[in-house]
Amino acid sequence: MFHALLDGLATTVEVAALSAVFATVISLVAGIARSSHIRVVRIVAGTYIEIFRGTSAIVQLYFAYYVLPLAGISLSPIVSGVAVLSLAIGAYGSEIVRGGLAAVPATQTDAATMLGMGPWLRLRRVLLPQALVTILPPFGTLMIDLIKATSLLSLITIHDLAYQAENLRQLSGGAESLRIYTTTMVLYFVLSMAVTAVIRLLERNTQHPRSARGFRRATRGSSAPAAMTAGSVQAEADR
Amino acid sequence: MNWDWNYAWHLLPVLGQGLVVTVEVTAAAALISVVVGFVLAIIRRAGGPLGGLVAFIIEFLRGTPLLIQAFFLFYVAPLYGITLSPFVTGAIALGAYYSAYTAEAYRGGIASIPVGQWEAASVLSLSPTRTWIGIIGPQAVRAVLPALGNYIIGMLKDSAILSVITVSELLNQAQSAGALSYRYLEPFTLVGVLYFAISYPSSIGVRRLERRLGRRLSSTHR
Repeated sequence: MFHALLDGLATTVEVAALSAVFATVISLVAGIARSSHIRVVRIVAGTYIEIFRGTSAIVQLYFAYYVLPLAGISLSPIVSGVAVLSLAIGAYGSEIVRGGLAAVPATQTDAATMLGMGPWLRLRRVLLPQALVTILPPFGTLMIDLIKATSLLSLITIHDLAYQAENLRQLSGGAESLRIYTTTMVLYFVLSMAVTAVIRLLERNTQHPRSARGFRRATRGSSAPAAMTAGSVQAEADR
Repeated sequence: MNWDWNYAWHLLPVLGQGLVVTVEVTAAAALISVVVGFVLAIIRRAGGPLGGLVAFIIEFLRGTPLLIQAFFLFYVAPLYGITLSPFVTGAIALGAYYSAYTAEAYRGGIASIPVGQWEAASVLSLSPTRTWIGIIGPQAVRAVLPALGNYIIGMLKDSAILSVITVSELLNQAQSAGALSYRYLEPFTLVGVLYFAISYPSSIGVRRLERRLGRRLSSTHR
C-alpha cells in the first residue's frame, strides 16, 4: 500500500514543481502587466486575473478536460492539468506581485529614473528586489495552495497521490479507508511543511534593503548586487 | 462545437437547483467556520498543551487538500457507525477546513486589539466570558470582517469540490446533465459564468467593506 502512495507522491511533487515554475513566471508577467502605465496591458492582465480568480479551479479543470477537446484542442491530461493549475495559481500570484510592487515607495521609482535607469533596469534592479520582501510570505502560502490543488488532477485521471489513495480504497473494498486516507493526509502535510521550511529560508535570505541588516549587507559589497543597487539608491534619496 | 442556446435554456432549471444547494452548503459551512474558527483562535491563544494541539490541528487542516479531507469524512466516518447525508458531510468538511483559516484571521484580529481594551475590562472586573463576548469579540469580528468575507467567497468556489462526494451542487448537476446528453460545453460554461457572477461582485463588495472599515477603525483608534 505504502509503495503505491509513494509513487503517487512522486507524481504529485512533479506536477506541483512544474506548475510552480509556470505559475511563478505567469505571476511576474501578469503582475507587472497589471501595474503597467499602458491601459490596454492593464485591462488584458486584469481580465485574465479576474476570470481565473472568479471561478473554481476544479471547474476550470473540467472545462479544459471535457470542453476543449470538442473545440479540437486535444491536450493530454497532464498538459491541460498543469496548464490550468499554473493559470489558476498564477492569477492569485499576479495580485501578490502587483501588491508587492505597489508597496515600494514611489520615491524609489523617482530616484531610479533620476539616475537614468530605463523601465526594465529600474524594475529588475530597484523595484522587484524590494517588492520581493512583501511578495515572498504570501507567495509561500500560495505554493501550499498549489500543492493542495494538485489533488484535483486525480479527477482527470492523473495518477497522483490522491488518485492512488482513491484507487487503494476501492481495491480494499473500503475497509482500509482510515489507514489509507490518514497516510495520504500525512504525506500531503509533510510536503506542505517542507515547502513552508524552504520559503522561511528564502525569507531569511532576502533582508529588506532598507532595514539595518539589509543595508549593512548591501554596503558590504558583492554578495548582494541587487540589494546594493537598491540600498545605495535609497541612500541617495535619503540624503 | 456549437453553442446550443436551446439546450442551454433547458439546463437552467437543473443548474438553478444546483446553485441553491451550492448556496446552502456554503452558508452552512460559513456558519460553522465563523463560530468554530473563533473558538479555535481562543483556545490556541490560551496556550498550554491544548493550545498546542489546536495549533497543530489548524496547521494540519491548512496543509492537506480539502478533497482528501472530504473523502476521509465521507468514507471513514460510516465505518465507525456515523452515517451522515452527503450534504451534511460536505458542510462539515468545508466548514472544518475553513475554520483553520478563520481561526488564523481571528488570531490576527485579536492581536490587533489595543492592550487598553484588555486592561479596561480587567479594571471593570469583567469575567473572562464577558470580556470575550462583550469587549474583545465584537472588535475582533469587525477587524476580520473583510477576511471572513474573502473566505466565504473561497468556500463558495471550493464547494464545487464537494461534487466528488455526491453533494448535488452546481458542478455535480452540470456533470450529470453533461453525461446524459454528451454535451459538456453548455453546462460547464454556464457553471463558470454562474460562479463568476456571484464571486466577482462579492469580492468587490468585500473590498469596499474593507475600505470603509479601515477608515472607521483608523479614525476611532487614533
